[in-house]
Amino acid sequence: MTASWSTIDCDVHVNVPNMQALLPHLDEFWRDSVLDRGLNSLESISYPPNAPLTSRPDWRGKGGEPANTLDALKTHALDRWNIDVAICNCLYGVQLLFSEDMAAAFAKGVNNYVAKEWLDRDPRLRASIVVPMQNTELAVAEIERCAVDKRFVQVLVLSMGEAPLGRRQYWPVYEAAERHGLPLGIHAGSSYKHPVTSLGWPSYYIEDYAANSQGFQAQVASLVCEGVFVKYPKLKVVLLESGVTWLPAFLWRLSKFWRGVRLEVPWLDRSPAEIVRDHFRLTIQPFDGPDDPAAVAKLIDHLQSDDILLFSSDFPHWQFDGDDVMPAGIPEKLHSKIRRDNALATYSRLAEQVA
Amino acid sequence: MAKHVIASLREFPTGSRKLVDVRGRKIAVFNIKGEFFALANRCPHQGGGLCDGRLTGLVEASAPGEYRWSRRGEIIRCPWHGWEFDVRTGKSWCEPSKVRARQFNVSVAPGSALVEGPYVAETFPVSVEDDYVVLEV
Repeated sequence: MTASWSTIDCDVHVNVPNMQALLPHLDEFWRDSVLDRGLNSLESISYPPNAPLTSRPDWRGKGGEPANTLDALKTHALDRWNIDVAICNCLYGVQLLFSEDMAAAFAKGVNNYVAKEWLDRDPRLRASIVVPMQNTELAVAEIERCAVDKRFVQVLVLSMGEAPLGRRQYWPVYEAAERHGLPLGIHAGSSYKHPVTSLGWPSYYIEDYAANSQGFQAQVASLVCEGVFVKYPKLKVVLLESGVTWLPAFLWRLSKFWRGVRLEVPWLDRSPAEIVRDHFRLTIQPFDGPDDPAAVAKLIDHLQSDDILLFSSDFPHWQFDGDDVMPAGIPEKLHSKIRRDNALATYSRLAEQVA
Repeated sequence: MAKHVIASLREFPTGSRKLVDVRGRKIAVFNIKGEFFALANRCPHQGGGLCDGRLTGLVEASAPGEYRWSRRGEIIRCPWHGWEFDVRTGKSWCEPSKVRARQFNVSVAPGSALVEGPYVAETFPVSVEDDYVVLEV
């Protein structure tokens, strides 16, 4: 049984270009409601179309629009970098909605759209299930509905939602994810139900984007400390577009304080750093590393794990230029693990399909 | 290694602790329900005085939301950073094999045995009628 895949891209973006594109994939009531209520768009403000980050300039369309066609994805990423499998993460405004029912309806629409308009059109594509975390029961129902299709390989939530992800109210989602062999993918982004920093609203986009790493830190702490992995020992969590270099420093801090106040969380039988190394994975774009490759190698050392990084291009976001998907300084011996093996060890559905 | 009489049993009741200085070495001595234990009064983390810490119990859990509470009065938390040490063994809870407070032998001996020596009882007279707490340093 020799695996033929050599590269698995764990984070590419496919977007709902406009409400028109989503309509055929919504249930009839919601399709008519979009027209009756005049709902033009549910785009979030996380990736403004003209922001440099939103799309690499050489990948933008003729009118300057961010790359969002299968052709563009093939030309710029899949074919160019010999990507055998790519996991599509669709970021749309589902998480921003206040109505639980509407969120569930649009999550379903987005997942249908991704399956029909992307997965059906290229056998290399897989996707994450967008879930309405506004209501746990509805989120579980959407997982059950989509999990039948083995091309859905992960559950997708945002780094900044309504409550810390470790809270027990969300546990049925993790039960379903674990049972179906779906990692929990946490992607940069906010439901904008709370300010994106704990200090309040920042003024600028750069602050919003940078604040995601604080959101990720809080989610890591919450999932670990609430005991999610004691309850669901097979659950894996993938941090998507999270940046990487903040992790070692945060783990030093979290593990240090655990020693002093571990009696608050007696279900943790080992340090948070060890739990994170067992259960969390991070995609390599953006890496947020220094320019000096030697310093990058040092940071990799600090991660103290050869299994924790997953290859990602973050297409079409502008995280790097040329073909430098793999940050310079990551040791050669880790490349094949990052490109393929680590993803197969994380995504059990991909491991089943690789043979 | 010499034996030092550090207190009479009478003045060292159950649940209490004493900080003693033996030839410049500070040692925390605990009486847990009649059993005596002695630890170097220096937290292996950064040197906090363990004797000033809160004496507490052991909380364990096999699942989130569970709090199994046992061994009340047998765990000392360093007053500086709250690390927990098992008074009976000196081992830290978080890294029992690597991080531990040094232990000393401590026992109770009758005064009749002590008067014969070779014990060091610098600070008070030993009476044959009483029992004494003896520390080996």
